[in-house]
Amino acid sequence: MFKSLSKRDKYAHYGYLFIFPFFLVMAIFIIYPILNTFYLSFTNWEGATIAPEWIGLKNYKRLFADIAKGGIFLQSIKNTWILWIFNVIPQFVGALALAVVLTDRRNKIRGKETFRAIYYLPNLITMASVGALFSFLLGYPNGPFNDLLISLKIFNEPFYFLQNIWATRLSVSLILTWMWFGYTMIIFMAGIKAIPEELFEAATVDGASKWQTFKSITLPQLRPIMTYQVVTSIIGGLSMYDIPQVMTNGTGAPQNSVTTMVMYIYKQGFTNYSLGYASAVAIGLFLHIFVVVAIALRFINPKEEK
Amino acid sequence: MSTLTGRRRENRIGIVDILLYIFLIGLAVVCFLPFYFMIINATHDNAAIASGMNLIPGKYAWVNYLEMSDRVNIWRGFLNSLIVSGSGTALLAYFGTLTAYGFSKYRFPGNKALFWVILCSMMVPPQLSVIGFYDVAQKLNLVNNLLALILPMIASAQFVYFVKLYLDATLPDSIVESARIDGATEIGIFNKMVLPIASPSIATMGMFIFIFSWNQLLIPQIVLRKKALQTVPIIVANAKGVYRTDFAPAYMAIALSVVPILIAFACFSKYIIGGVTAGSVKG
Repeated sequence: MFKSLSKRDKYAHYGYLFIFPFFLVMAIFIIYPILNTFYLSFTNWEGATIAPEWIGLKNYKRLFADIAKGGIFLQSIKNTWILWIFNVIPQFVGALALAVVLTDRRNKIRGKETFRAIYYLPNLITMASVGALFSFLLGYPNGPFNDLLISLKIFNEPFYFLQNIWATRLSVSLILTWMWFGYTMIIFMAGIKAIPEELFEAATVDGASKWQTFKSITLPQLRPIMTYQVVTSIIGGLSMYDIPQVMTNGTGAPQNSVTTMVMYIYKQGFTNYSLGYASAVAIGLFLHIFVVVAIALRFINPKEEK
Repeated sequence: MSTLTGRRRENRIGIVDILLYIFLIGLAVVCFLPFYFMIINATHDNAAIASGMNLIPGKYAWVNYLEMSDRVNIWRGFLNSLIVSGSGTALLAYFGTLTAYGFSKYRFPGNKALFWVILCSMMVPPQLSVIGFYDVAQKLNLVNNLLALILPMIASAQFVYFVKLYLDATLPDSIVESARIDGATEIGIFNKMVLPIASPSIATMGMFIFIFSWNQLLIPQIVLRKKALQTVPIIVANAKGVYRTDFAPAYMAIALSVVPILIAFACFSKYIIGGVTAGSVKG
């Protein structure tokens, strides 16, 4: 007790010294930019050399006016949610099913490691490359996907995916599913492997079916990991940018149907140079994510509140 | 009797198994097919791409490469990306581990609170503060400077979190104390003893940070406005605008940006997936 106290006194300052570079960089490049964005949202900053001027709540009024009249900001909120939901549902359901199959104790799958590796592969590829690639693969009239679907007799004639609102949205969502299901599956597999073997043995002894075992052992035991995955997926999904940006060359076409909130920030800030307004949008998005994550946590883990 | 039911059960599982394997293999094909189309189309000319699906390699790879190089300098992009991700990861390996060590082995007032700050910062996506970040880069004269991307990499919360947990588990206090008794300085202990001990965790996290940095698009787009400084993702993101209907060189540009990752993954996939699992269980 006394020894550890004296150690604390003698060497503690080295602790500060060692963490100082990290916190210096964090203060300059992470914390200050967040506070600065908040400040800039009250200004009319238009970029480069012109100094920002305080304009009070004007940017926020513009934001609410946009929402009230159903403008592009409101549209971008809707789009982001649509893109996220159509991605996350097949992604999580598929990942969970595959994780259960690949970790099955009674029916061992051969080549498990190879499948796991291939499913994970798309997650590593640069999103910009994936977006550009799919914009060509989904090309009209002669993109490889159209050719494939016609040669498999699924389509009679080529379909212009990227000119149809819902086809474009579903394409973006499914590309994201394709990119992320392998990652989520690996996480779930690790979670299932961490469940104590005795629980499964007890279920087998009790004569539980596979479905019963899944429902009353696997699923509840995976809850903490699932919560973490849902929260990170919400945060990542609501700040989605790369794929729709690159696929539509920044336009969000057709008719801004895949313009996400972050794409809107980029467009306002770095194409229109309304950096003050773009900051207000960013703060709006920040609050949006904060509220949604808080609701999600309460919804998923109601017991922890007590 | 028992052998009969045993065999019958095996047979039934066999059929389910076959369907299951067909599905799993089909899914694997779906995961790889887009890359296959990409590589094949990068070796055909525009006419062949426009006339229908190509399943075998063509002869135009070099022609496409030359045409692509005419309009964008992808090697310059590779160099820029390598400078950013390489030096950023190296800086992080040193200063991030130093931070993790500081939190792991020194009981200073505020240790827990400051570590909480790090945890919270993981929850704020960097996309949200791009405007503020751009302003800082401008004030520090870092617009059109690769340092604007390299320096912030030091403040990787994920890295510090992971390496700290690793040090907590693998580096006993007694080793540090006996090194002190032997007369080693604090920074000497870190350089000669802690860094080597932490190296497995540094390698695992460093690899992910490198990949993450390599794949970044938004922040580089904002601070690198000059063509000569563009990283690979920016160049590829612009490919659609640059090549328009000139598909063959565009496929080549995309393929060149993807194939190195495919090769790296083929070599290190076990290691990379092991890292995903390690990060997840602790995260």
